[in-house]
Amino acid sequence: MVSVVYEAPDSIEGAISLLANADIPAKILAGGTDLIIQTNGSADESRLFVDVKRIDGMLDARLSADGLDLGPSMSCAEFTARDDIRKVFPGLVEAAYLIGSTQVQGRASLGGNLCNSSPAADTVPALVVNGAQCVIAGPGGERTVAAEEFMTGVGRNCMEKGELLKIIHLPTPAAKTSDAYLRFIPRTEMDIAVAGAGVSVTLDDDGTCTAARVAIGAVAPTVLLVSAAADALIGTKLDDDALQAAAAAASAASSPITDRRGTAEYRRQIVGVLVKRAARIAATRAKGN
Amino acid sequence: MAKSHVTTSINGQPQEFLCEPGDTLLDVLRNDLNLTGTKEGCGSGDCGACSVTLNGRLVCSCLVLGVEVEGAEVGTIEGVSTGDGLHVIQEKFLEHAALQCGICTPGLIVSAKALLEENPNPTEEEARYYLAGNLCRCTGYDKIIKAVMDSAETLRGVA
Repeated sequence: MVSVVYEAPDSIEGAISLLANADIPAKILAGGTDLIIQTNGSADESRLFVDVKRIDGMLDARLSADGLDLGPSMSCAEFTARDDIRKVFPGLVEAAYLIGSTQVQGRASLGGNLCNSSPAADTVPALVVNGAQCVIAGPGGERTVAAEEFMTGVGRNCMEKGELLKIIHLPTPAAKTSDAYLRFIPRTEMDIAVAGAGVSVTLDDDGTCTAARVAIGAVAPTVLLVSAAADALIGTKLDDDALQAAAAAASAASSPITDRRGTAEYRRQIVGVLVKRAARIAATRAKGN
Repeated sequence: MAKSHVTTSINGQPQEFLCEPGDTLLDVLRNDLNLTGTKEGCGSGDCGACSVTLNGRLVCSCLVLGVEVEGAEVGTIEGVSTGDGLHVIQEKFLEHAALQCGICTPGLIVSAKALLEENPNPTEEEARYYLAGNLCRCTGYDKIIKAVMDSAETLRGVA
């Protein structure tokens, strides 16, 4: 049984000070859906939980001309209920809606999904294709890290001792731009991605793709931004050949493992299929914007 | 270690309690407040037997710490019936025989109530997805879904 010390600071500075000065392993508590289970299975004698949900802005999302400023601890349930956000980032909202059950979505957050840094985190490919920037606050001030640079390994990320994720910023998408996220799971609900793919495309008036981003999940130690797959889409009308080329590029970029949920060969193949399908959905949406 | 003092509201009533910082809300409800209607199934957020509402949102009480509910509003199965009798959803669970061993039932009723408050007219598919986090090893779900859909009709006043 891990002995927990609980603190709920009401400011970023308070949280940084607690995290930086902790003499026992310190963890940031947002929704807790991963942390509480991990703590139950931990060998640590004691842990400091710094609950960041009482810090101003942590649970809010503000959509403006500049884009979306997302409080990292806002629950997926609150996030997916926001029709204004769904209109601009439908793929990201769908990804948040795929995490766990209704109950888990009542607590789990996008910031928590990112900071837990599972390669199968559903919202991360969708954040990456939307160009999300993570503002990290720490003892030395603030720094900004692109979502695709945030994860550094399985369950590992770029955050140093004393740092916490303050805000996730998504720029306003260009005209005729949209996104989609798809994952494959063996059942219809309540499972972890065997493979996942996020795609964002921008079209011109002729329907030619002028910009694209492709990110894949659960097929490498981290979520990957695959520029070769995006390059295969840019300049095309997203015809079958272009989609096939993007799929092949995504499969080639992957380095999956074999586990009880899928073999490496299967994951490599299916991630390409998901890229193709997500690109089609994103393109259909972009035409409507 | 000193226990934490928490002031909260449970089923609309002010409530204070002392707990260890690592105790879950489920531990507090069952062991300290004798609200044993909320069940422990898996203890890892997979089964939904411990479902409660927290500030109106459906959550697993095994994934919430007791100390986190300071100033919050918690709703449990004990708050579902009104005092005049059973809630419509409870009556429909009985009518449709939507339970066998009963361990999942409080969680399912709390979840079904949250569903119908959010969406009074769900399709069967929407109801099944919403309730996918509530596992039942006995019924095969069909009678549960029938009870929920029937409850929705009754609560909308169409039946």
